[in-house]
Amino acid sequence: MILTFELALTSYFIATILSVLDLIKASKAASKGIAIFALVGFIVHTLNVVLRLIASGHLPTASLHEAASFFTWSIVLIFFIIEYRYKVGLLGSFVLPGVFILMLSSSVLPREIRPLSPILKSSWLWLHTILAFVGEAALAVACGAGIMYLIQERHVKSKKLDGLFHRLPSLKVLDEVNYRLITIGFPLLTLAIITGALWSEGIWGTYWRWDAKEVFSLITWLFYAVVLHARLTAGWHGRRTAILSTAGFIAILFTFFGVNLLMKTFHGFE
Amino acid sequence: MSILVIGLNHKTADVEVRESIAFDAEKIRKGLAGLRGLPCVKEAIILSTCNRVELYLHTDDELNSAQSIKDYLAEFHQIAVEVLNGALYVYAGVDGVRHMFRVASSLDSMVVGEPQILGQLKDSFEIGLAEQSSGIILNKLMKKAISVAKRVRTETKIAENAVSIGYAAVELAKKIFGDLGDKVFMLLGAGEMAELAARHLTGSGVKEVIVANRTYERGCTLAAEFSGRAIEFSEFKTELLRADIVICSTGARSYVLNYGEMEKIMKSRRQRPAFIIDISVPRNIDPKINDLDNVYLYDIDDLQGVVDTNLNERLKESLKAEEIINEEIEVFFTWMQSLDAVPTIVALRKAAEDIKNEELSKLYNKLNGIAEKDKKAIDQAVNSMINKLLHPPTTALKGNDEEKDVLISVVRRLYGLNGQ
Repeated sequence: MILTFELALTSYFIATILSVLDLIKASKAASKGIAIFALVGFIVHTLNVVLRLIASGHLPTASLHEAASFFTWSIVLIFFIIEYRYKVGLLGSFVLPGVFILMLSSSVLPREIRPLSPILKSSWLWLHTILAFVGEAALAVACGAGIMYLIQERHVKSKKLDGLFHRLPSLKVLDEVNYRLITIGFPLLTLAIITGALWSEGIWGTYWRWDAKEVFSLITWLFYAVVLHARLTAGWHGRRTAILSTAGFIAILFTFFGVNLLMKTFHGFE
Repeated sequence: MSILVIGLNHKTADVEVRESIAFDAEKIRKGLAGLRGLPCVKEAIILSTCNRVELYLHTDDELNSAQSIKDYLAEFHQIAVEVLNGALYVYAGVDGVRHMFRVASSLDSMVVGEPQILGQLKDSFEIGLAEQSSGIILNKLMKKAISVAKRVRTETKIAENAVSIGYAAVELAKKIFGDLGDKVFMLLGAGEMAELAARHLTGSGVKEVIVANRTYERGCTLAAEFSGRAIEFSEFKTELLRADIVICSTGARSYVLNYGEMEKIMKSRRQRPAFIIDISVPRNIDPKINDLDNVYLYDIDDLQGVVDTNLNERLKESLKAEEIINEEIEVFFTWMQSLDAVPTIVALRKAAEDIKNEELSKLYNKLNGIAEKDKKAIDQAVNSMINKLLHPPTTALKGNDEEKDVLISVVRRLYGLNGQ
């Protein structure tokens, strides 16, 4: 189990180094290497998640270490889906470094398997957590596409068509990928909040307890709701959406780590 | 034997001289026949484009040949040798091969990296083959030049990125919109440069073309040319709600579109991106609209800047190309040298010796203990077999045959001496 985690971490690390090299100097060998190492990392990582699941008997999201690791896993999953579907050049260079940092932060957190509080043992756990993690992973990749959009937009606006201009995809594609990911992530996040509320009602008899995690999740949710609303009604897209989706992801990261590390919450990981 | 390149191009000769010695297909055939008639010329290929005329030759002796070929050219085209002498360059041996590779790879072109030259070179080669004026050396050289050009194309970025205003506009449009197949293009005004750019854009497959001209009739003519629709000039702001790509080149003395108007238009467009190219001088569109979200405004200087950047990139890439060419020159001359008789004979003998040693050692192993005396006898018998077998090819290679190059290459091929 430890071995699989370290192997996944190492693979992501190599993929990240290659993806940064690829960014600095285009190289076919590097881009091939990125795909291979990211895939190897993902496979070993999947194995790690499964082993942990078998050892603990529940979805491995009970400690912050597990949660960060599972979140990373979800991001790589979404990354591969988008790569397969859109073949967005250089996306790896903007997603994999984040993947590695998340995995690294997971690696420094206490790794022992903790027993899950019996009241949380239910199929709601699976539903609520997977919805939340995959949804947030989609929004994480959306942030990557958003940053790429902002760089490419800078090139076109400033009329300096060197550097990454020729290698980054068109603004249209980047905006489309960004939007598509938000339209995947937002409904999943919505469902996660709903299932969370229902679950909470089942355990504590109340849908909403104004816990820090709940509050920040709601803020994040509202944020993306505004992004989507502005796009649908006022046609907001491109640069504005890209900036907002980057900001949104920072909110997600805070909800994810900040709340757990800085505030009091019953919302689990420890 | 030597490779000789004699020619002129846009750098050494002005268009008048180039015209006077240009060859059409018919003249190339005649010229090739004439060149082959010269005693010093063994093989010849003629390349003739608007920017260059070059003769690729395989000759006996480079120095004397050059002059007689120049004389022949002057006579063929009926112009004074002095005129030609000022314009013609002569490259022999390594320099000749390098020049050919550079021409094929488009390093010597007026616009470095332009792709047509390779096709033109292939055509000249075809004629040379058809007329049988190209033989073993030039065939190899031409094929090599073509493969070098392909290598340069794939391994360097020499042909990447637009180096004309029109292409730069298309390239930018594609980086903004991705596919242009569902985009509406509007030409505002007219003018040589605007029409050229418009031709590139319509050529890259936009969905619809709208032409707005102050003179409606002129607009109609242009619209017909681009299979588009002409509108009254006064309507162009309404059409801007639909047009995604606009090229503007009107003679107006002031802005025909200002910031406030464009801001309103963008709202009505629901912020769909707009790419506007203003090539009028003085500018016709308020430069400030570039600050609007999803509006990309380029003026003529911006586009020229893009083209200059790309040209610079190509020049940088051409350094890499020169390295590839150096490598390939070496490969070519290794092959050339192999065509000498002496190394071929040596290689042939060595191949025979290798076989002998291998087979004899197998035999001795099998016989398991054999007297030194017998070994000697067997050795002698095998040696004399080898000598007798190799005698005829060796004599042929040493002889003074007309088609010696062919002979050498055949021997190398038949005996597998090309290092496979």
